[in-house]
Amino acid sequence: MTALPASPAEFRPNAPGRLIRLSFERTRIEIKTFFRAPDQVFFTFLLPVLFVVIFSTIFSGEIEGPPGAKKVEFSQYFVPGMIASGIVSATFASLAMTIAVEQHDGLLRRLSGTPLPRSAYFAGKVGLALFTAFVIVVLILAIGVVFYGVSLPTDPKKWGVFAAVFFLGVSACSLLGIAYTRLIRSSSSAAAIVQPPYLVLQFISGVFLQYSQVPPFLKVVAAIFPLKWMVQGLRYVFLPDWVAVDDYGGEWQVERVLLVLGIWLAVSFVLARVFFRWNRGYSG
Amino acid sequence: MTAAVSARGVRKRYGDFEALRGVDLEIEPGEVFALLGPNGAGKTTFVEILEGFRARSGGEATVLGVDPERGDLVWRSRLGIVLQSAGFFEQLTPDEVVSHFATFYPNPLDPRRVVDMVGLADKRSSRCKDLSGGQKRRVDLAMGIVGDPELVFLDEPTTGLDPQGRRQLWDVVREFARLGKTIVLTTHYLDEAEQLADRVGVIINGQLVEVGTPREIGGRERALARVTFALTGNLAGRPLPETGAETVSKNGRVTITTATPTAVVTALARWAEANGEPELPALAVSRPSLEDIYLAMVEAADGQADHKGSDA
Ligand SMILES: Nc1ncnc2c1ncn2[C@@H]1O[C@H](COP(=O)(O)OP(=O)(O)OP(=O)(O)O)[C@@H](O)[C@H]1O
Ligand SMILES: [Mg+2]
Repeated sequence: MTALPASPAEFRPNAPGRLIRLSFERTRIEIKTFFRAPDQVFFTFLLPVLFVVIFSTIFSGEIEGPPGAKKVEFSQYFVPGMIASGIVSATFASLAMTIAVEQHDGLLRRLSGTPLPRSAYFAGKVGLALFTAFVIVVLILAIGVVFYGVSLPTDPKKWGVFAAVFFLGVSACSLLGIAYTRLIRSSSSAAAIVQPPYLVLQFISGVFLQYSQVPPFLKVVAAIFPLKWMVQGLRYVFLPDWVAVDDYGGEWQVERVLLVLGIWLAVSFVLARVFFRWNRGYSG
Repeated sequence: MTAAVSARGVRKRYGDFEALRGVDLEIEPGEVFALLGPNGAGKTTFVEILEGFRARSGGEATVLGVDPERGDLVWRSRLGIVLQSAGFFEQLTPDEVVSHFATFYPNPLDPRRVVDMVGLADKRSSRCKDLSGGQKRRVDLAMGIVGDPELVFLDEPTTGLDPQGRRQLWDVVREFARLGKTIVLTTHYLDEAEQLADRVGVIINGQLVEVGTPREIGGRERALARVTFALTGNLAGRPLPETGAETVSKNGRVTITTATPTAVVTALARWAEANGEPELPALAVSRPSLEDIYLAMVEAADGQADHKGSDA
């Protein structure tokens, strides 16, 4: 009988180069798969577009600032909230639901039978979410600018914060979606389990209202989760400073926003590692 | 040389139901091992315990020297797995899926060649959702072997395949066996086990009741032979010769069950000649097929189970 080949001993499955290569490979396949289901593509991008149109049409008008300050159009005011909401639906909601289906179908079981590291699988999901969220943000801004007089920031620092909030928010919410699949017992119940917390959070985080209108005790709850901080960071990007006085009691606290989102990214990575199960819900 | 697979007293409970009741088995590196057993016998349960997909409730197991419950990615890179059933990457083509899986392994085979090997050359660019059941099964196989594994688990790999597909799978298994790889497969087809396996194990009601080569399993080599012929022409109505073996004559066909078929045939030939019939009509000498032996084992086990049941 021949001896077993020696080569596997030198194989390091978690070597950084390999993780990066596989993360890109997973992202490539995720995006390819996504675009091959036209209905999924259509609805993923339709919802945020409808939001912009409906919100900007219903809430036409302006928010009065302090005397002498420039007024803010409602359509401008709600852009950050819609972007944040679009990000959460492209990440947390969409990933939790599609992964639940993959778990149920035993697709994940297949992957788990191979030497694919879990973190590369996560990276592929985050990669897909970064991509779809980016398209959503571009759509929202394009429609807002062209039809509803939304103006884009000119300060490069604001664009930098925008990019940072986007990247941290998408990554953290994607990983939270992955961890959240632990609560989903079957693919048919996925939507019912995923939607409520995310809808509630949208309201208490001031996505669809002025944050100053949220009752104080709900603000405490909202401040625990990343969505409120994403909205705050994005409002800094799109709105004049006096809005911070009304809504956030003075300052935008951009450093704090980025710090909280950074912490959430680390926490959600740990949560995803701990709670995610390849095998869950598979009955075979 | 350590065994490729080693199981000692492996048990599995699902609630009150005991699906595996202490399975002992050693499979050598380079061996092709086939597990046979009726539906619900515990084959998939056993194989998936070895693959690290299910936790055992008792006993010890090692696969390539590693406890499957503690198998890491290096261990995974040495295994190939074809599950009895699992979901598909519906939107991808066989070429895409197989190349994608190839990227997970340190020394994969050429993905296009693997797609050819499993007979999907003309479907390499169709979406998996548009493939037939048997074609999907071939994709399963391609995904399982593209990592060039040392040990391959195949759970009912040929179920749903057409005869040509089964032959292609057999060729793949033989090719892998020739390269010194270990193969563990489950099947309901006895000819498949006989064609491919060095050894066969029969699982019934969660117990491994027999292990042996396809030739010798169940005492097949020592089993009695059957000599049959027809009582036609000049032989019709003639009294049969005395052979000392169990003889049954029914509807003009005679069946003699014997340990010495050569002597019986010689005696019969003389008797026929003496009766003016130089050729024995429809003469056949046969040993029980693997299927006969297997069915007898299953029946015997069912009988025992019924007996136990009525005792309780
Ligand atoms: N997850 C499970 N929960 C409860 N019972 C199970 C589970 N999986 C299998 N069983 C039971 O364990 C027994 C063995 O099942 P298993 O799938 O191992 O059989 P098998 O030999 O592979 O059968 P088949 O030839 O039909 O594939 C069956 O009675 C089955 O009902
Ligand atoms: Mg089975």
